[in-house]
Amino acid sequence: MSIILDHINYVYGGDTPLEVKALDDVCLQIPDGQFMGIIGHTGSGKSTLVQHLNGLLKATSGHIYFNGEDIYDKDYSMKKLRSKVGLVFQYPEYQLFEIDVLSDVCFGPKNLGLDKKEAELKAFDALRKVGLPMELYYQSPFELSGGQKRRVAIAGVLAMEPEVLILDEPTAGLDPKGRDEILHQIKQLQTETGMTILLVSHSMEDVAEYVDRIVVMNKGRVMYDDAPKKVFSNYKELEEIGLAAPQVTYILHELRSRGFDVDTGATTIEEAVATVQKALPWNKRVFYNTVQK
Amino acid sequence: MLRDITIGQYYQTESLIHKMDPRVKLGGTLLYIISLFFFRNFWGYVIAALFLGLVIRLSHVPFKFMVKGMKSILFLLLITVVFNLFLIPGTELVSFWKLTITVEGLRTAITMTIRLTLLIIGSSVMTLTTTPNNLTDGMEKMMKPLKVFHVPVHEVAMIMSIALRFIPILMEETDKIMKAQIARGADFESGSLLKRAKALVPLLVPLFISAFRRANDLAMAMEARCYQGGDGRTKMKPLVYQSRDRAGYLCIFVYLAVSITVGRLV
Repeated sequence: MSIILDHINYVYGGDTPLEVKALDDVCLQIPDGQFMGIIGHTGSGKSTLVQHLNGLLKATSGHIYFNGEDIYDKDYSMKKLRSKVGLVFQYPEYQLFEIDVLSDVCFGPKNLGLDKKEAELKAFDALRKVGLPMELYYQSPFELSGGQKRRVAIAGVLAMEPEVLILDEPTAGLDPKGRDEILHQIKQLQTETGMTILLVSHSMEDVAEYVDRIVVMNKGRVMYDDAPKKVFSNYKELEEIGLAAPQVTYILHELRSRGFDVDTGATTIEEAVATVQKALPWNKRVFYNTVQK
Repeated sequence: MLRDITIGQYYQTESLIHKMDPRVKLGGTLLYIISLFFFRNFWGYVIAALFLGLVIRLSHVPFKFMVKGMKSILFLLLITVVFNLFLIPGTELVSFWKLTITVEGLRTAITMTIRLTLLIIGSSVMTLTTTPNNLTDGMEKMMKPLKVFHVPVHEVAMIMSIALRFIPILMEETDKIMKAQIARGADFESGSLLKRAKALVPLLVPLFISAFRRANDLAMAMEARCYQGGDGRTKMKPLVYQSRDRAGYLCIFVYLAVSITVGRLV
């Protein structure tokens, strides 16, 4: 089934001088198994948006349907919703609190009413999925490195076996290597389990390589909602709202404007290399001409 | 969730009261509170209320912000009223079942309610019109004479301003951690008292860790900028009395004289 957002509005600090409209008439449909990226500048409403999806924030007006049921119905169980829609917050390592990694990951499943053994099985499974080395399972979570802590925190949500996994800036503050590892693991998770995944980020580069669809948020509104290639073709408009398309998009557009027959829709480095190589042999003459100019 | 707490909140706007020296506001509030305990009849409270109303008008802060602060003491107020009403002996006014209300009880209950209300609103006027930093600056300067008795005035003021500065940060952090744990199925709102106390562990442990981390970072940043305590430190904006501050003091003393004379003698 799917998640449907129907004309969602959200206003912060109603009737004070500091009133802010954080979400402005947002309509989205998220089908099962999709890997979706939500992109926007700081303060564009992307974090606010995802907190609506598991009921942590309640829309000022509008409806959200999860698997065909309105989550604002009086008898709808928020607890059930939260077990189905897992949300990993920004800097999730700050939520760790248990004496060892395994019991921290068990916190979620235990809250769902599982007994110790079942919870531990799920915790083991989740820790394996995020690729944490086995010898760390019984260490204090506070002794781990930043990247490891983040994996533990993500495992803490995964252990609840949600149908939808939302990650709010999962790579913030990590080095490039840690970033690639985490994103890669998330992609693998998605192909393995067929989970719906929402990745919130302000970096196009992060998202371009992995997602099927990109939603660009600006000032609480959905600005673009399309496949990555199509969204990036608006790279000039994206720049105006403080975002940037991946670097390869710029290079390919530049090459094209100088007469090379490259596919500007390539979003990853591999695709870009392929299209440039394909363009080069036929256009050698053009290339030399350009250089001589 | 936690955004509703308003004690000590500052309301940003332009007004005479906002611009006034914090020492005038501190001293004035203190004297105002003391004056409330001197009155023997209702006329004193009428004058106190009128004076407060005037100050609120001058401060340009909407009245509903003052009332917000009252919510926190509503319970205390209720207990005071109930106890005074039923427990003070004297001439009987009404009596039903085992309870009697006396004339004296009724009078004390009403006086107490008025007194507490004026007291809370009076002090919220001060906090609503003075930034926490300004307030601690004022306190530091007012308490400076105590240095003779080796009271660490500067340190106390610094601790206070840091503590005040951290309240909104920690509140935001609490909100964030709470949400993160709720997203993992934590339940802070139902169950027995013991269960709820236990449910706080996943909130308090990360909160304390982050508070210590922030304190450590701040200490490091202060040392990196050569902070060595109050000795030889100068202010970028030193507090100097202006004519409006002198006028402020004058108003307070005129109020004191009038209200106490009327409140005790008439």
